[in-house]
Amino acid sequence: MNGTTGRAIAALEPQTARHAMAPPSRFGDKAFEWLTLAMALAVVVLVILLGWELWGGSSLAIRKFGFHFLTTSTWDPVAEQFGALSFIYGTLISSLIALLIAVPLSIATAAYLTELAPLWIRQPLVSLIEMLAAIPSVILGLWGIFVMIPWLRDYPFPLLKRLFGWTPFFTGPIYGTSMLAGGIIIAIMILPIITSVSREILRSVPNLQREAAYALGATRWEATRIAVLSYAKKGLFGAVILGLGRALGETMAVTMVIGNTPQIAASLFKPGYTLASVIANEFTEATTDMYLQALFEIGLVLFGTTILANLLAQLLLQTMSTTSTTRAVQ
Amino acid sequence: MKSFRFAHKIFAVVLLGGISATASAQMMINGAGATFPYPIYSKWFDEYAKVDPSVRFNYQSIGSGGGQKQILAQTVDFGASDGPMSDENLSKAPGKLLHIPTVAGADVVAYNLAGNPALKFDPDTIAGIFLGQIKKWNDPKITALNSGVTLPDQEIVVVHRSDGSGTTYIWTDYLSKISPEWKTKVGTNTSVNWPTGIGGKGNEGVAGQIKQTPGALGYVELIYAIQNKMSFGEVKNSAGNFAKPSIESITAALATADIPDDFRFSITNAPGPDAYPIAGATWLLVYEQQKDAAKGKKLVEFLKWAAKDGEKMAKDLQYAPMPESLRQRVLKRIEEIKI
Repeated sequence: MNGTTGRAIAALEPQTARHAMAPPSRFGDKAFEWLTLAMALAVVVLVILLGWELWGGSSLAIRKFGFHFLTTSTWDPVAEQFGALSFIYGTLISSLIALLIAVPLSIATAAYLTELAPLWIRQPLVSLIEMLAAIPSVILGLWGIFVMIPWLRDYPFPLLKRLFGWTPFFTGPIYGTSMLAGGIIIAIMILPIITSVSREILRSVPNLQREAAYALGATRWEATRIAVLSYAKKGLFGAVILGLGRALGETMAVTMVIGNTPQIAASLFKPGYTLASVIANEFTEATTDMYLQALFEIGLVLFGTTILANLLAQLLLQTMSTTSTTRAVQ
Repeated sequence: MKSFRFAHKIFAVVLLGGISATASAQMMINGAGATFPYPIYSKWFDEYAKVDPSVRFNYQSIGSGGGQKQILAQTVDFGASDGPMSDENLSKAPGKLLHIPTVAGADVVAYNLAGNPALKFDPDTIAGIFLGQIKKWNDPKITALNSGVTLPDQEIVVVHRSDGSGTTYIWTDYLSKISPEWKTKVGTNTSVNWPTGIGGKGNEGVAGQIKQTPGALGYVELIYAIQNKMSFGEVKNSAGNFAKPSIESITAALATADIPDDFRFSITNAPGPDAYPIAGATWLLVYEQQKDAAKGKKLVEFLKWAAKDGEKMAKDLQYAPMPESLRQRVLKRIEEIKI
């Protein structure tokens, strides 16, 4: 649509110009175009440079370990044997747990705030949620160690063990610090962003949608589900991807509660380790070249994981939107 | 006038490379490295400003690894490290690098048990616990050392540092000395491949973890354990005595350890009868041949002051000062710095 208007204006312009006293300068337009193009390119260049720098910084490790870096899980700085598998696993699983907890909560909150909540309560609630986003990561981590972990260890975890102890996910001794605790703290951290973005998206759903649903005799729940949530599906998915991006890179708070043990274990009560955490933990004291390079490669892997996760999500979104359009047409 | 001076300062900061110092009124000496001695170093710099107002120190506590890297790259005037530099790293230096020991500290075996009993440990039990072979508090090896204390049939939750640190270096250095199995399986470093346990970030992370987890055992710096009122045990030293971690027993370890001429020493498992075995020193790293004469002169003056007067402030901040014999050797070494 923007393109068409642009072309329409461009077509009009020579005529108006011929009638006017002097041709208006289009320098401003052009300059603005170049400026914005440069800004947009700067981001791309930055990403490429970042990747290049990480690649260069880890070249020794890449040459030495090759593909094994991604498929082994020994992390031994003394023997200089490095493998990132357990960190990749930890990053993905903790992010997955976070999404499983945060997405339903966030979208339900956003739906309540836009569709159901009485007007007087909306603004205070929104402010509260935004305040959650303002809590520094390290403070959340300390709160995690001193408040959340003991509570989780004493109440919800034993309950989970009793109810779901027959699955491999909730077995073994309960220390509190665990993959699950890491996932929960990430969930708390990505809640605000998913909620705020979802709320904006739901607010932008035209009222016509809701009115049409009500006109057809839909109940409030049906109107919210069919006319609003379904309509906004694509946008909500975008909000989730934003949250996922955050989750993958979360460092400080996770480091404090996840237990920092590089292992791949089915039980979510066992401690884990994430890519971002190992960099934060070991970068300052890495003295040998190979060690440092391996940490750089961890950075590269995190970079790649984030890009890959985003790409996959985009792909999923595309297939999802095409199937929904076909269904709509039918 | 004021803005002129401000601009001047910015100029000095821009030249943070530090090598090409301008003849500014106030000289800035830059250092970077270990976090463990940061409290005492900042106290020293503060006090030294009163002794010689013409120099200012800027110390970034970025970690020992960073300190070693920056002094090798000559981006700072001095480095600081909690562990001596490896031969490999030293060979990368453009000139001869000197290790100047300053103060020492200790790792304590801290634990969380109901009733806070006073416990004793020996090398075998510590290695066994950290290798994951001793799993319960009422293991015969622990009960044998602690007759009179009833230990529970409870799992030992091992807690270690997850971040690379000098504290871990001292701990693993000790374990490597007392346990051949640890030496071959794990080894000594600022972070290692732990056979067991959960990792906490920083002293505060480990302390928090221990305090929150019944049955937990881990290592933290002595200062940290005292400040947080944690229970910590006595450890049997190589002379066969149980030593309580304290400033005196750390200095005793420094006094009896074998210290080579390049000062790249380790004082874990020191032979003295009163020595606490899990202790370690921290070092300043300076080039023997200073590039900038004016700066080098000021740096040497400061190092001398630190070894003479600065050492006296150590105890107040819970650091162990160097024993007299070592202090004299260090002073002699400082004299050898060429300007």
